[in-house]
Amino acid sequence: MSAPATTIDAPPEGRARSLWKRLRDGDEIAHTVTFLCAFAVIAVTALLVFELYRNSEPSRLKFGWSFLWTKTWDPVAGKFGALPFIYGTIVTSALAMIIAIPLGVGAAIFLAELAPPGISSALTFLIELLAAVPSVIIGFLGFFVLLPALLRAEPYIRSALGWTPLFSGPFYGVSFFTAGVVLSVMIVPFIISISREVILSVPSDQREAALALGATRWESTWDVVVPFARKGIVGSIFLALARSLGETMAVTMVIGNDPKISASLFAPGYSIAAVIANEFAEATGDLYQGALIELGLVLFALTIIINGAARILVVSTTRKGTSQ
Amino acid sequence: MIRKVSGAILALVLIAGVASAQTITAGGATFPYPMYSKWFDEYHKKVPSVSINYQSIGSGGGVQQVTAGTLDFGASDYALTDAQLKEFHDKRGFNVLAFPTVLGADVPAYNLPGVTAVLNFTPEALAGIFLGKITKWNDPAITGPNPGVNLPNENIVVVHRSDGSGTTFIWVDYLCKISPEWDKGPGRGASVNWPTGLGGKGNEAVAGLVHQTRFSLGYVELTYALQTKMAYGNVKNSAGVFMKADLASVTAASAAVKDMPDDFRVSITNPPGKGAYPIASFTWLLVPEKISDPAKKKAITDFLGWMLTDGQNVTEALSYAKLPASVVAKEKKAIAKIQ
Amino acid sequence: MTWNKARRKTVNVFMLALTGLCTVFAAGTLVYILGYLFVHGASSLSWNFFTKLPAPVGEAGGGMANAILGSAKLLLLASCVGVPIGFLGGVYLAEFGGSGFSSAVRYTTDLLNGVPSIVMGIFAYALIVVPQKHFSTFAGGLALGVIMLPIAIRSSEEFLRNVPLALREGAMALGASKSKAIFTVVIPAAKAGIITGIMLNLARVAGETAPLLFTAFGNRFWSPGWNQPTAALPEMIFRYSISAYDDWHQQAWSAGFVLLVLVLGVNIVARLILANKAHVAR
Repeated sequence: MSAPATTIDAPPEGRARSLWKRLRDGDEIAHTVTFLCAFAVIAVTALLVFELYRNSEPSRLKFGWSFLWTKTWDPVAGKFGALPFIYGTIVTSALAMIIAIPLGVGAAIFLAELAPPGISSALTFLIELLAAVPSVIIGFLGFFVLLPALLRAEPYIRSALGWTPLFSGPFYGVSFFTAGVVLSVMIVPFIISISREVILSVPSDQREAALALGATRWESTWDVVVPFARKGIVGSIFLALARSLGETMAVTMVIGNDPKISASLFAPGYSIAAVIANEFAEATGDLYQGALIELGLVLFALTIIINGAARILVVSTTRKGTSQ
Repeated sequence: MIRKVSGAILALVLIAGVASAQTITAGGATFPYPMYSKWFDEYHKKVPSVSINYQSIGSGGGVQQVTAGTLDFGASDYALTDAQLKEFHDKRGFNVLAFPTVLGADVPAYNLPGVTAVLNFTPEALAGIFLGKITKWNDPAITGPNPGVNLPNENIVVVHRSDGSGTTFIWVDYLCKISPEWDKGPGRGASVNWPTGLGGKGNEAVAGLVHQTRFSLGYVELTYALQTKMAYGNVKNSAGVFMKADLASVTAASAAVKDMPDDFRVSITNPPGKGAYPIASFTWLLVPEKISDPAKKKAITDFLGWMLTDGQNVTEALSYAKLPASVVAKEKKAIAKIQ
Repeated sequence: MTWNKARRKTVNVFMLALTGLCTVFAAGTLVYILGYLFVHGASSLSWNFFTKLPAPVGEAGGGMANAILGSAKLLLLASCVGVPIGFLGGVYLAEFGGSGFSSAVRYTTDLLNGVPSIVMGIFAYALIVVPQKHFSTFAGGLALGVIMLPIAIRSSEEFLRNVPLALREGAMALGASKSKAIFTVVIPAAKAGIITGIMLNLARVAGETAPLLFTAFGNRFWSPGWNQPTAALPEMIFRYSISAYDDWHQQAWSAGFVLLVLVLGVNIVARLILANKAHVAR
């Protein structure tokens, strides 16, 4: 190995002293510059919250907390309420969860525990690519492929589940249901990818102990490994939930854009992100725009809470490898 | 290394471009968008140094963004209210001028598989449908004016705009005039509290939704219905005649304006006249009274002049009616108000 | 006893099949999406698409040349904002950080990452478009850059941390100052990871539409410079796909195909680089 070019002598007097000083300054500069960049994140976030808070003032002052449970969204009369959008956001995300969780956790278990390694990495690769598909493309396909397919499938769904209020009423394609299905396609890769990581990081002695005691592969997975990884899996679910709450493009193309609260999943609805996308550029007047920005603030608050919970769960599981 | 860097700089400069061309940013109504996109394209061919970039973000967007100053001029299918004019003046310190450009019409477009006849709609039927009171296609209010047409016993899927729209304004302005219940209820505006229906963003999306959804009924501008080959119905006018929207009936509606006010703000829905289509309207370009950039001001005023002469000659090909001669003359004088 | 064993074995096989089915379903969705776009979009890819400007409404023959260039410019601007700040921030967290401040930064990064992109759009609109009084490529690029920031910081930190301590200590033992060690030894060692992190980040923001709606605004023509509104691929896909014109639908399919190929291509290359690095003995 050749002598490296960065050899420095012990600091002598005179000319060499200023050299030493410069190198020390190099450290200072590097420290300061990188510090500022790291600080920039905090600054930007603070600015973001500040702007959202300030620009939503007309609406906050006028409606106060009742904004959160008012049903009306009437730009003509100047009455704004967030409830239909909060409802739509939660319902579509909940439906997405119901579909994506069994599918995602099942696939993660298969990929991490049960599948042969070659197949596992190939399939993981494909699924992680799904996470990279832009949401506008999924929305586009949702509108042109999923929607007609669901319209054709509607009679079967109705005959199986039509007795519940969840699947009553007419179905026009655009609805909470379609939006929920589209969202599930978008979030399932996240659940799979993170859950798989979490399951893989469970110490192998746990697995081996179960197998040594005579458990089948499935039993060792389901009864020993998965409970161990439980916290991390739940964390991945929270992360996926946070992602689905903020999803805009795919949802606005298939949800129907109707700010109504309805028990039936077949009915059209609206979500916070979708209404902002549709109405922001033309919200005439400070109150209207303020109401939309306040909705943005509500969404932001929701995602903070969910992300916070997720972080605690995922970090504590993958770092320490324990669910206790 | 140096070659790579200079190559990158060269690329950057090329991308950045030398902005000698004049770019005007405009936006607003989707109602006249087919016409405007053709006009701006033709004008760009005629005057290649001027590019007018128009985005159809809806009349509400046109009004809001021109008031905020982010657009050089806006476009809207409704004449600004006094409150909006005042808001513009308060925000910018000068007034905004409205210039009518063409005449168009809102038509009730529907998707009824198997029905080939052109349906007749009475004002009461339309109001009832949009209020959510009339829910089935074979309701007597609809079957009455359409004897012999086999209307199905299906729910009517109402489609409306989800964005702030002048097309909406024209439609609900008409509904307000013919239905006291609508006037008291959802009322008049670019964005109303719809009792029922699915929302689409822009005339384009409403047309798309009606296309996709069986048994739906939505309101779109005439040109969109024609370009996408949608079925649309006739509407009964104030003289009791079921009128189809076309150049003749829309022009007849514009004749209702005997005396165009100086600010060009006028509504021509539900006009008198046997040959008039009841849901027609002017559409306006919203131009600030003061344009500080002289190059932009020249580009805009030149375009307005072209629009009133050559521009008017190509409207009919796209089924927009041209402006009455008296209005054109008045507008030519009004251009001078732009400083 | 044996009956119980048989039952357990059956359950084992059954669950293997069920979870396998879930996986195939999930993986199959991607294949389906790709296939669908290929069938519908690749066939209508024409020279027109890549070179022509959009045609007036209702007329056929337009293209998306300006949207392709617009997206490229937006991504260039976004990376000028997101990459240096994110990278250097990651360097701080990995190399210099004190615990309190670093935790605050990491927490805020996660927070920022969770902000829906539509809210970022509002932010950029209020901060840049309104005071400047016009829509611009600059505003759109900045919004995308801020979206890139959290992932840039986290992935840089991650890859820098993965560089073995021995390399750092070796450099310092030879007398290099801390910053010299970082910039001449640690960073080059993490090079592959950092570059792939940037690539993946870019691929992600390339498909973002929502923040562009009220910043870049869209443009029928070429957008000279950085201060004019500009068209972008995802925004065009959105507008064309919700319309009722068949020609526009065709173009939306083609644009979707192009965008998807680019995004997936970058992802595949990035992952191959990382996998290759992992295989090579460290």
